Amino acid sequence: MAGHRKAILARTVVIGALALGLAACGRTEMSEYPLDALSPNGPIAEELDRLWQIVFPIAVGVFVLVEGLILIAVLKFRDRGDGDLPHQVEGNTRLEILWTIIPAVILAGIAVPTVGTIFELSEAPAKEERVEVEVVGKQFFWQFEYVNEGFFTANEMVVPTDTPVYLHLEGDPVYKGPDGREIQEASDLVLHSFWVPRLAGKTDFVPGADRYMTLQASQEGTYLGNCAEFCGLSHANMRIRVRAVSQQEYEEWVAQQAKPAASPPEGPAARGEEIFGANCVTCHAVKGHPDNVGQRTGPDLTHFNSRTRFAGAIFDVEDTQQLRAWIRNPPAEKPGAQMPPFGPDQISQGELDALIQYLHTLD
Amino acid sequence: MATDTESAAPGAGTNFGVPNEKMGMWAFLGSECLFFGAFISVYVLYLGGTGDGPGPAIFDIPFTSVSTFVLLMSSLAMVMALAAIQDGDMRRFRTWTLGTALMGLTFLSGQVYEYTVFVEEGMGLTTSAFSTAFFVLTSFHGVHVSIGVLMLGALWFMSFTGRIDTSQRSQTAVENIGLYWHFVDIIWILIFTVVYLIPVDLLT
Amino acid sequence: MTAVADTPSKGLLSRPGASSGWTSWLTTVDHKKIGIMYFAAALIFFLVGGLEALLMRAQLSTANASVLSADAYNQLFTMHGLTMIFFAIMPMSAAFFNYLLPLMIGARDVAFPRLNALSLWVFIAAGIFLYSSWLFGGAPDTTWVNYAPVQEVGPDPAGLTLGGDHDQRMLFYSLGLQIAGIASLASAINLIVTVLNMRAPGLTFMRMPVFVWMSLVVQFLILFAMPVIGVALWQLMFDVGFDGNFFRVDAGGQPILWQHLFWLFGHPEVYILILPAFGIVSEILPTFARKPLFGYAAIVFSGIAIGFMGWGVWAHHMFTSGLGPVANAAFGLSTMFIAVPTGIKIFNWVGTMWGGRMRFSPPMLFAIGLVAMFTIGGLSGVTHAVVPSDAQQHDTYYVVAHFHYVLFGGAIFGLFAGVYYWFPKAFGKFLNDRLGKTHFWLQLIGFNLAFGPQHVLGLNGMPRRYYTYPSGMGWDMWNMVSTIGAFIIALSVLIFVVNLVKSVRSGEQADADPWDARTIEWLSASPPPPHNYDEVPVVTSRDEAWHRKYAGGGGEVPRPVPAGASADHAEHGEEHHGEHIHMPDPSYWPLILAAGLPLAAWGVVTGLWALSGIGLGIVLLSAFGWAMEPESEPEPHAESEHA
Ligand code: HEA
Ligand code: HEA
Ligand code: HEC
Ligand code: CUA
Ligand SMILES: [Cu+2]
Repeated sequence: MAGHRKAILARTVVIGALALGLAACGRTEMSEYPLDALSPNGPIAEELDRLWQIVFPIAVGVFVLVEGLILIAVLKFRDRGDGDLPHQVEGNTRLEILWTIIPAVILAGIAVPTVGTIFELSEAPAKEERVEVEVVGKQFFWQFEYVNEGFFTANEMVVPTDTPVYLHLEGDPVYKGPDGREIQEASDLVLHSFWVPRLAGKTDFVPGADRYMTLQASQEGTYLGNCAEFCGLSHANMRIRVRAVSQQEYEEWVAQQAKPAASPPEGPAARGEEIFGANCVTCHAVKGHPDNVGQRTGPDLTHFNSRTRFAGAIFDVEDTQQLRAWIRNPPAEKPGAQMPPFGPDQISQGELDALIQYLHTLD
Repeated sequence: MATDTESAAPGAGTNFGVPNEKMGMWAFLGSECLFFGAFISVYVLYLGGTGDGPGPAIFDIPFTSVSTFVLLMSSLAMVMALAAIQDGDMRRFRTWTLGTALMGLTFLSGQVYEYTVFVEEGMGLTTSAFSTAFFVLTSFHGVHVSIGVLMLGALWFMSFTGRIDTSQRSQTAVENIGLYWHFVDIIWILIFTVVYLIPVDLLT
Repeated sequence: MTAVADTPSKGLLSRPGASSGWTSWLTTVDHKKIGIMYFAAALIFFLVGGLEALLMRAQLSTANASVLSADAYNQLFTMHGLTMIFFAIMPMSAAFFNYLLPLMIGARDVAFPRLNALSLWVFIAAGIFLYSSWLFGGAPDTTWVNYAPVQEVGPDPAGLTLGGDHDQRMLFYSLGLQIAGIASLASAINLIVTVLNMRAPGLTFMRMPVFVWMSLVVQFLILFAMPVIGVALWQLMFDVGFDGNFFRVDAGGQPILWQHLFWLFGHPEVYILILPAFGIVSEILPTFARKPLFGYAAIVFSGIAIGFMGWGVWAHHMFTSGLGPVANAAFGLSTMFIAVPTGIKIFNWVGTMWGGRMRFSPPMLFAIGLVAMFTIGGLSGVTHAVVPSDAQQHDTYYVVAHFHYVLFGGAIFGLFAGVYYWFPKAFGKFLNDRLGKTHFWLQLIGFNLAFGPQHVLGLNGMPRRYYTYPSGMGWDMWNMVSTIGAFIIALSVLIFVVNLVKSVRSGEQADADPWDARTIEWLSASPPPPHNYDEVPVVTSRDEAWHRKYAGGGGEVPRPVPAGASADHAEHGEEHHGEHIHMPDPSYWPLILAAGLPLAAWGVVTGLWALSGIGLGIVLLSAFGWAMEPESEPEPHAESEHA
């Protein structure tokens, strides 16, 4: 009997330790990983983490209490096959009141900072301090428009450190074409959610509505993010990169991005520019391209080569092989991609090389 | 169990003294309240969502008031039918039952007519969020009326085959269908008020 | 009735006669047979849903795996969620409601036996219909919550990868759940009336077993929640099937509306899933601790409170959708405070165990498992309720961990406890004890391995509903552990199935009251006769059966009463009373009516309106045939033998 009891004790302890161990791992070991929500790197994410620091220990405390009581009961009050039935206790009013009030008080304690933080975070940063970016989630990439600076980019955004970046998730976007004509975004947008764990919590992109969020980075570096609301076949391939840089570097970047793309001089790249005009401008805007119509079905490619990743930030821009495969058959490289394949009958092998050379001139 | 309720008073042998069938009907109607409540809320939410299509101005209030009145009167007829079967007068019961059903049919024809007018005037199911909400709400009510008419027809028919007679059991059945009928009627009053009568700016 | 006694029927079809053999199961209106069929069907769906989970876990076991395509993965997790919630746990709970409620309240059957059969067949029809989508080119694939507008736009609007007609998949979703909803609604009405109106003499509300109480609360939740999702599903059908505009942004529709309607249903739904399990453990803990439930009234009232509060928290699923700070704060608070009534239950269960003399048979192990595991899920729920913090957790594996801890660690553990507990009642045989214990320990370990690491994954940034993930995020190892855990669960479930099959055939015999239990269903024979009780027991106290066996309560040490009433009754009954009790007769109509619904729905999906017409015709005709058919055939001298 005693041996059996020890066995049960051992098993239970192992399970309890496992659960606690897992919880502990969540905090410490992981911080080297780029998407760790528990390693905030900016004031907004730190606010969220502060609440977690309050509620998590409380949860662990209640966990230990409840599981401990169960454990003791199981060990102490087992039927040993001797003696009578136990006392037939029906309840205890005092205990009843106690275990109603105490949790209520604990919860009230969690509620106060929660509500405070909700309202605090709902305030927009002051207009003169912030960088404003209009964000549109599409199947399956993120489009960023630096409204005041007047340019577009995709998948990767650059922000200055220690500056609040105010994101406007614009569910009903309208663009100005190069000729000043208004271009309406196609009406088949779906939900997405913008999430860069180390810089802020997530906010849904809602078609037809406006949503706002703020993020801010304290250190220079690249912060990764993901789309966090199911949006279709490549929901898993809709990543985000936020590069936080010094104020000066940021200004240089802005100056560069605001420039139109230069037409390449003679050579294959110039040929590529033509091929691009014949096949691609119907979906991709390239400011400065002679045929540009400002259509934004696909990502803005004006400074394609200044980015490190493409197609929802899953592939390397440098990887010519990958880029070739992409243009040949996007849905094969990324399920559900909304760009049609361009087979050899549309774009020959030589033309494809020229096209890719052109893309690589778009710094 | 079933035979229990036949001989004794309605609801005898139950804890609440209400026949099971009747309690079941009440529960069902409780559920229906949420059904219609949700549809009506969606309609109110979409009052502004008319897009390029016509809005609530399209409604012909006098016409619909008349068909509403007919439906209201059918509830009265239903009451008469129940009273008749409780008095044991099957002939009178048949007349009133048929009358109730016919008034229901009249209401339905009014609804069909109204729909065709709206469609002619450029408001179809697919015109706008508003039009979809309107058609789906009112046609759901229409389906409820139709089911009521079918049940009344069945009552009428079964009163000839002997399945419906003056027994306690039959009376409970008639009472239940009456409850359903009155409910559908009341819901229409609500829909009529919200959709047709209350000015749009009061709701938005 | 004026009819001549020897006319078998006045209906459209002659009455089914057989009372044994497999056909008798198709036409039965006996709540016990219906309960067993509910269980069998739910178990099959559970295995299928589990199989889908195993495939998903295989895909997720390593980074960049290619076991499944994105499309296959999306269909599998959508169908997994739908299957587990609507076709495994809900009907498994329904199995218990059906089998036990009449027995526990001392009734001979439910209020509307044919309606009960209808619920069963409609539920099965809904499941067959939903799964038939795979024969039509694809199952629903835009998550079990199916948010607008991706449900209408589709996961691949250009169709370069999928081709096919996505709207069709959505019609399967809409109509499949709609049909399943009809089944739940019908059974809710039936059971509400049964519990309110058909209790045995003396069985007042405050003497009702907690399982009956929790079932009653659940029926009310179903009654009011089903129409809400019904409305959303109709709207979806009109949008995808008939070009309606409920959720179309360009026509003035609002996608967020879907979320409100879905969760206004969806949150009460999660309590629909858990409260039956709470009821089950509230029966099992006292029996095996051999003392009364601690704080009966507190447990009952907290259950009711949970039922009410469950209606005021739905937007906690929408904290990141931009409701604004006021709504977020309000829903955050209301959500947190649901922990209070739930905590009351947990502490009272511990109080029940405390000071008892516990026997650790499989039902007890699973019941304790629920208390221990559900608590973990509940606590992570409270961390979700901290709104700003949920902005990090939402739609990550941390949420997946939360709801598997409450659903699997709560509902499934509770339902398994119930199976082990009442199996002897239903079959007169025990489930094998050794296999049962193995099942428990394997399941406990597998479960924690499968879902424990998902907490870490989520906090570590892994979003849900990802068919693939890159390496180097700290996710690789934990995903592998989780997959291993899932397969250990599968092994444990396999052991359970083996146990079930073996024990039905040749289990150890059980008598009427094998656990020395407390509630009146144990007064009836095992398995109970068709009419449940020869003489309906008169109830004089809570834990009636116990009090007939033991004298002395209220803090005293009880002693056995010389002549136990239980076995006695059943044995004599068989000889003296049994054959006179007149039960409702079997009927074809529920089965036929149920068959009409999926036909009508297939018609809508395929655009073959004639098929819809036939389906609806069958429904109407069988409704009429049903109305023409008396609940039971008149019997000679039917008047005299009711006591
Ligand atoms: C059985 C089903 C079930 C149950 C019972 C619960 C119970 C709870 N749930 Fe859960 N939940 C789900 C099923 C369930 N949930 C599902 C399926 C989803 C995801 C749906 C989807 O998106 O697909 C979900 C998602 C979900 C979310 C949304 C997360 C997100 O997507 O961002 C939230 C947010 O608040 C939440 C909260 C809670 C809370 C506070 C409880 C509480 O009821 C828990 C209360 C219990 C306890 C707290 C433990 C016992 C209490 C004590 C021991 C007392 C002392 C405690 C304290 C002082 C803290 N749940
Ligand atoms: C009651 C509900 C319930 C239950 C019991 C389970 C059980 C399991 N779930 Fe479930 N799960 C949900 C409800 C449930 N789930 C819901 C609602 C979702 C959300 C869906 C969505 O996002 O839309 C979800 C999502 C979900 C995901 C996230 C998918 C994603 O976001 O990408 C994962 C991933 O690991 C998962 C895993 C599992 C596993 C491993 C089990 C295991 O417990 C399964 C145990 C295994 C078995 C039971 C197998 C037994 C089978 C055999 C032994 C083989 C024999 C088979 C035949 C003969 C057919 N589930
Ligand atoms: C019908 C519209 C359409 C056409 C035509 C089209 N594209 Fe695209 N393109 C897209 C879409 C949509 C994406 C985003 C796919 C994704 O990431 O899911 C995309 C993405 C890309 C990207 C990756 C951009 C980034 O930064 O992520 C490149 C490069 C690209 N396209 C090049 C081309 C070239 C070259 C052509 C012409 C030969 C072309 N596209 C024609 C729609 C189109
Ligand atoms: Cu975009 Cu998920
Ligand atoms: Cu919820």
